[in-house]
Amino acid sequence: MAITFKQVEFTYQPGTPFETKALTDINVTIPDGSYTALIGHTGSGKSTLLQHLDALLKPTSGTVTIGDRVITPTTSNKDLKRLRQHVGIVFQFPESQLFEETVAKDIAFGPQNFGASEADALKLAAKMLTLVGLDADLLQRSPFDLSGGQMRRVAIAGVLAMQPKVLVLDEPTAGLDPQGRLEMMDMFARLRHEQQLTIVLVTHQMDDVANYANNVIVMDHGRVVKTGTPQAIFKDPQWLAEHHLGLPKTTAFAQQLIARGMTFDEMPLTEDQLAAALVKQLPTSVLGGGDHDE
Amino acid sequence: MSQIIDVEHLNYRYPQQAADQLTLTDISFTVAAGEWVAIVGHNGSGKSTLAKNLNGLLAPVSGKITIDGQVLSEQTVWDIRRKIGMVFQNPDNQFVGATVEDDVAFSLENQGIPRDEMLSRVAEALAQVDMQDFATREPARLSGGQKQRVALAGMIAARPQILILDEATSMLDPEGRAEVLQTIQQMKADSDLTVLSITHDIDEAANANRVLVVNDGHLVEEGTPAEIFQHGPALIKMGLDMPYPERLKAALARLGVQVPATYLTEKGMADWLWQLRSNK
Repeated sequence: MAITFKQVEFTYQPGTPFETKALTDINVTIPDGSYTALIGHTGSGKSTLLQHLDALLKPTSGTVTIGDRVITPTTSNKDLKRLRQHVGIVFQFPESQLFEETVAKDIAFGPQNFGASEADALKLAAKMLTLVGLDADLLQRSPFDLSGGQMRRVAIAGVLAMQPKVLVLDEPTAGLDPQGRLEMMDMFARLRHEQQLTIVLVTHQMDDVANYANNVIVMDHGRVVKTGTPQAIFKDPQWLAEHHLGLPKTTAFAQQLIARGMTFDEMPLTEDQLAAALVKQLPTSVLGGGDHDE
Repeated sequence: MSQIIDVEHLNYRYPQQAADQLTLTDISFTVAAGEWVAIVGHNGSGKSTLAKNLNGLLAPVSGKITIDGQVLSEQTVWDIRRKIGMVFQNPDNQFVGATVEDDVAFSLENQGIPRDEMLSRVAEALAQVDMQDFATREPARLSGGQKQRVALAGMIAARPQILILDEATSMLDPEGRAEVLQTIQQMKADSDLTVLSITHDIDEAANANRVLVVNDGHLVEEGTPAEIFQHGPALIKMGLDMPYPERLKAALARLGVQVPATYLTEKGMADWLWQLRSNK
């Protein structure tokens, strides 16, 4: 499901002393089926844009088209249920929103809210728990007895239980250890294929953008300042620095090698890409240990 | 240097745990005044529990904690808390003020600091974390990274002797994280601050004088960052990211390249690659 912003502006608390303009002239499309990374300096407007993806916020002016629904400043708050079922948002620290007595009831809450019977919702809960890589044994446990990483997976299962077409992830791996982070990012990539999801990832981790996304939206001061593939976005380190953004670790390291005089046909974004490019440039004497040429 | 933190044979169990289950088992270590110590370990290893024991938010089953010469007890806990500033991962849990500046001023009000001095310390602290433009905003409406900066500003203004950071930079972008780490280095240079940082971030750990590795409630290893970083892929199990040169080495090894076994810094790695290529 595609989402399109046309001339969107958004102001928080207009007409009060707290009035703040957060979005200015946003014109951008999140293509259907894409893995779109939304990046930008702290306070650049990412979270505000994100809340427009399922009409939690409505534009102060302009339109947001979500699938076949057009959201305008005057759209009524009623009748947004179906839309919200289609766009599932996993907020920062989603585990803080768990509240039910059991894992099963917590995951089933959303679907029941959207009209599923209790029996159907509980069946769905069992399925979703497996989908996020947790054991069915946990269904009858209290969510508060689980580890932080498990709680986050339960919260994500609750969002997936609405069977959304678009999954929006706001810093989904914050606070997880590196192993947990890797498992979670691999899980989203797998879910995207299994469930044919469009994914929107808000992140500060440029390595995740390089490893997983195929489309990038860059924000600064409430505006979209660039869109393109990770390859296109990361080829200009100076421009990124001007917008207070970093490079994937590999690209930053490749810059050091370039400064010494090495050249790369295409800017490497991941360590496997860099390793492959280096192997072509290294003497055969160090290439003894592998089995690739046997 | 004198020991500002001395932990001896600390055992901790949460109230709902069985008698034979411990979250922390026989933890002993010391931290010298002015030292920066990183505590690393995977999620659930007991790092945050350890931090909460140090300022008496949690009370151990057994063992002794001495902070700046005072043994932690019900009688001394309030004195000791004045010496320790904590910044948590999700600062929503620690905001009390209606505006950013009120929040930063909170601990100063509690300490009875005169109003003039309070105002200048608050303004100075907000400027140090680059949040001066947000002084009259509501903390709840800030982004995750901005909240972490405000929480840190509260600590800069309060000037504790010991700063405990519990994944306090996890929501910042890389540039913000570098700025915050630099601010903490500056605080250390100005005031002989002792820093205990609980982290998964390799760059934050690299700032430390010493790294303690906690696994399953036990203190399993300690060393300088360079000593700990030598572990390569095993670092992931310790809850730490692999340093970039180790990641690249692993990728090269997968393609059959013979790589050096010793730990290389980024510069060392670049030197090695450049030399190989020049010898071709």
